[in-house]
Amino acid sequence: MTDENKPIIEIRNFDFAYGDAQALFDINMDIREKEVTSFIGPSGCGKSTFLRCFNRMNDLIDIANIKGGEIKISDINIYDKEVDVIELRKHVGMVFQKSNPFPKSIYDNIAYGLRIQGIKQKSVLDGVVEECLRGAALWDEVKDRLNESALGMSGGQQQRLCIARALAVKPKILLMDEPCSALDPIATAKVEELIHQLKKQYTIIIVTHSMQQAARVSDKTAFFYLGKLIEFGKTDDIFMNPTDPQTEAYISGRFG
Amino acid sequence: MNRYFHHELHDLRSMLILIAEKANEAGRLAVEGFLSSDLEKTQHAVKLDDEIDALEIAIDRASVRYITLRSPVSSDVRLIFVAIKASHDLERAGDEAHSIAKRTRNILTRDGSVQNKVEIEAMSKLAFGMMKDAINCFLEEDLDLAESIIEQDKEVDRLNKENFKNLSMALRDGGIDPATQIETILISKSIERIADHAKNLAEEVIYLLTGE
Repeated sequence: MTDENKPIIEIRNFDFAYGDAQALFDINMDIREKEVTSFIGPSGCGKSTFLRCFNRMNDLIDIANIKGGEIKISDINIYDKEVDVIELRKHVGMVFQKSNPFPKSIYDNIAYGLRIQGIKQKSVLDGVVEECLRGAALWDEVKDRLNESALGMSGGQQQRLCIARALAVKPKILLMDEPCSALDPIATAKVEELIHQLKKQYTIIIVTHSMQQAARVSDKTAFFYLGKLIEFGKTDDIFMNPTDPQTEAYISGRFG
Repeated sequence: MNRYFHHELHDLRSMLILIAEKANEAGRLAVEGFLSSDLEKTQHAVKLDDEIDALEIAIDRASVRYITLRSPVSSDVRLIFVAIKASHDLERAGDEAHSIAKRTRNILTRDGSVQNKVEIEAMSKLAFGMMKDAINCFLEEDLDLAESIIEQDKEVDRLNKENFKNLSMALRDGGIDPATQIETILISKSIERIADHAKNLAEEVIYLLTGE
């Protein structure tokens, strides 16, 4: 969590639009590896849109339009023509607001990604399933019912299963889009604890509407408003002494 | 469930205990310097005061950071509130120690040794005992001990009044340098203030433990 961590994502002069409506304006920032970076800002500010640019989820939207600039992950411009999007998404995992386990067993949810990569050997799959469930702090809770349906788990467990599933393909970066907004405070605390553990190995970017959560979990915080990056810095500085009056107004609830 | 940031509260408690130990030690050294005409002890007390000032700033910063980033509630908020208030009391106690050390140095420079020790020894024993009890009642979360400190403060006040009466009479009668007499009165007053800060600490511990 120091400035010495090298940048893993470099964003330069990035402009993004939905059709004619520009959603992101001239974004410049470096995301450093093995840090947790939070994106905060009011609804419609572009933070989720921006998050979805890192694994090219916006490619699924016809009118999505990169108007300028670039995003480099590990020195590769992810919007270059030769970039394999499937390969990119293996490196950049994603967890969504609403947990979305497959209607399969707990075991199969984790093993799914590996199976479609052609890995069939049970001992390998068993090892990865255990490793990922342990990584997501879920192993002790589910180890005796791996063959039961994932849909029978609690909401918080399902969300951690989705995190475990994302870990199975060994990503470098985890994107989390409001991962706790549907969870109760205890399940939220467990996911936050997990994020704290995971940053030892992964770079995490989290979009959250909870400023308390951003303050608790992240090393860096970025405040977005109307598609612009207003302020980006150490979470301590952003919450204790922001430099931009708009950031101050937003985090202190004096906005709007 | 313990959260990953709860150790920060533990660190805050440790800093609070450290500043309290240093403030108590600074006061004790300053008074010992007075009672035994020992300049070295007074210098040590002054040095400790600088460390106490730095710790107070560190405690304030850690407290504000915890409130801002960790959304504390209930006893966690009370602990932070107590840390801010108590470190301020302890910083002031350190200032009083500094003041005693400085006045002792003045007396020793002027007169060579301290002649009039009046009731300083008995009074300081009581005051530093109160300070030690205040640290212990925080450590042990001992409500009864905290309440007993408040009672002890009355005796320190009485001794200070007695010192003032005796020293001002001696001032009127002459014999000892008036500046020395006045500085001794002020040393007595500083010890009385240290006891006040110990009493405040006890009240803060009561608030921490009971919320009242």
